Amino acid sequence: MIHFHNITKRYPGGHEALSNVTLNLEAGEMAFLTGHSGAGKSTLLKIISLIEKPTRGQAILNQINLNTLPITRIPYIRRNIGIIFQDHQLLFDRPVFDNVAMPLIIQGYARHEIAKRTRAALDKVGLLHKEKSMPITLSGGEQQRVGIARAVVHKPMLLLADEPTGNLDPVLSREIMQIFIDFHQVGVSVLVASHDLNLIEELQKPVVTLNKGKIIHNDLESLHE
Amino acid sequence: MSDNIHQHRPNIFHKISSWLLHHFQSLVFSLGKIYRSPSSTLMTIAVIGITLTLPSGFYLLLKNIQSISGDLRSSTQITLYLDMDLNTANAQKFNSELKNRPDIASTIFISRKQALKDFKNTSGFGKSLDHLESNPLPHAIIVQPPAGTDTLILKTLLSKLESLPQVDIAKLDTEWLEKLFTIIEIAKRTVIIISLLFSFAVLLIIGNTIRLDIQSRYQEIIVTKLIGATNAFIRRPFLYSGVWYGLFGGLLSWLIVELSLIALSGPISTLNLLYQSQYHLITFSFIDFIIIISASTLLGLAGSWLAVARHLNDIEPT
Repeated sequence: MIHFHNITKRYPGGHEALSNVTLNLEAGEMAFLTGHSGAGKSTLLKIISLIEKPTRGQAILNQINLNTLPITRIPYIRRNIGIIFQDHQLLFDRPVFDNVAMPLIIQGYARHEIAKRTRAALDKVGLLHKEKSMPITLSGGEQQRVGIARAVVHKPMLLLADEPTGNLDPVLSREIMQIFIDFHQVGVSVLVASHDLNLIEELQKPVVTLNKGKIIHNDLESLHE
Repeated sequence: MSDNIHQHRPNIFHKISSWLLHHFQSLVFSLGKIYRSPSSTLMTIAVIGITLTLPSGFYLLLKNIQSISGDLRSSTQITLYLDMDLNTANAQKFNSELKNRPDIASTIFISRKQALKDFKNTSGFGKSLDHLESNPLPHAIIVQPPAGTDTLILKTLLSKLESLPQVDIAKLDTEWLEKLFTIIEIAKRTVIIISLLFSFAVLLIIGNTIRLDIQSRYQEIIVTKLIGATNAFIRRPFLYSGVWYGLFGGLLSWLIVELSLIALSGPISTLNLLYQSQYHLITFSFIDFIIIISASTLLGLAGSWLAVARHLNDIEPT
């Protein structure tokens, strides 16, 4: 799914966010990405989600070379990824249903198909009864679950989450992580960036640790051997 | 595995119908936005409408002036002052000869007696003219060429008539008409310049409105880009907003001009009565209406396109 080879990302001004990172996540695998803030977790996720381009190295996502991808193809590649943000990035001017349905509308699904899939996604995160609510009326945990529903509604092959439990209490955090594990169990590749080490340890999934732009620990490597 | 990338894509039929559906949704959505924030949108539409009122009003004014001057052109006449030695009977005979010519539509014979009487009445010299020993005025014939005769043919007719032995002087007074037509030409070009300037202003107004709209929906654009929206998809609602602004602005300007005409119709009919003229105020035809509406709609589309092209592609997630 993700095949990164010797990826280096240097931002204008000289700051090197990633140095020679090699990371392979096969289809259907799940891993946690950890490290202190500033270790390069976000940069790695940004390269995968085509927000940033690597300065050096080869980035291949689902056999597509991201280095040479024309800019007009980016939207179509992103449709195969579900992204979950720490701050949810919900649109507050429309109800929950419309927020979750957005990826389907963008991809041009038929109306009845949109309704069916949106309700299925909301049901999966336990918020079917909130479909008509405005996001502002929901709690932080509920908003995050709406964000997850939006990320999975079009059944992407890869789920990326950037600190999805950053603002949640331990009980809610565990619930959210459990949702990711559920998706992993039905064959979706999942990569979750988080610094909640206690929770990660508890979940017993492969962990990749970054420090100052370098990978210092990688459970996936031993798994692939 | 690369085939997998297409696995969730809807089929081509769905894509086309959903593409049409999204166009329709953008159309309705942008209209709904106008409905939801009526005050700011109405202000924009009012500005566009008032701005467009000037060129469309001037255009109508020009049409009216042209119709009046068209009437004047057909009233071009040649005045023949006959030889002083010609007696009344011969003069009248000459008049009826002229009448039968194919290059002359009609004539009016003015005898020297009649001419003197008219001159007494209109010149203000009145009784002092009674002291004249003899009538110094010749017989005159006013020749009306067929309607729509152009200037060149008029001039040949003039020299033909002048060469006739009965005619002393033939006079074609077109100089003032030519001056008038030049003034109308200047007015016409002024209207074109004004129209271009104000159209450009409308373009900028709409462009700026759409730019502000794009800025206020910055977050939404970022999010939709991140979940795989193409630029065309994001562009569409903004373009339709521009189309609506243009369309409603055009309708408003048409309405303003029509209402102004109603306000002007009273004094114009009084003026008609005073001049005993057959002049009718020309209003917008259906074609004019269509031209105004489609021009303003196109301006709306062009203005929003400029804004979108300049600002939308700059917004990328970071």
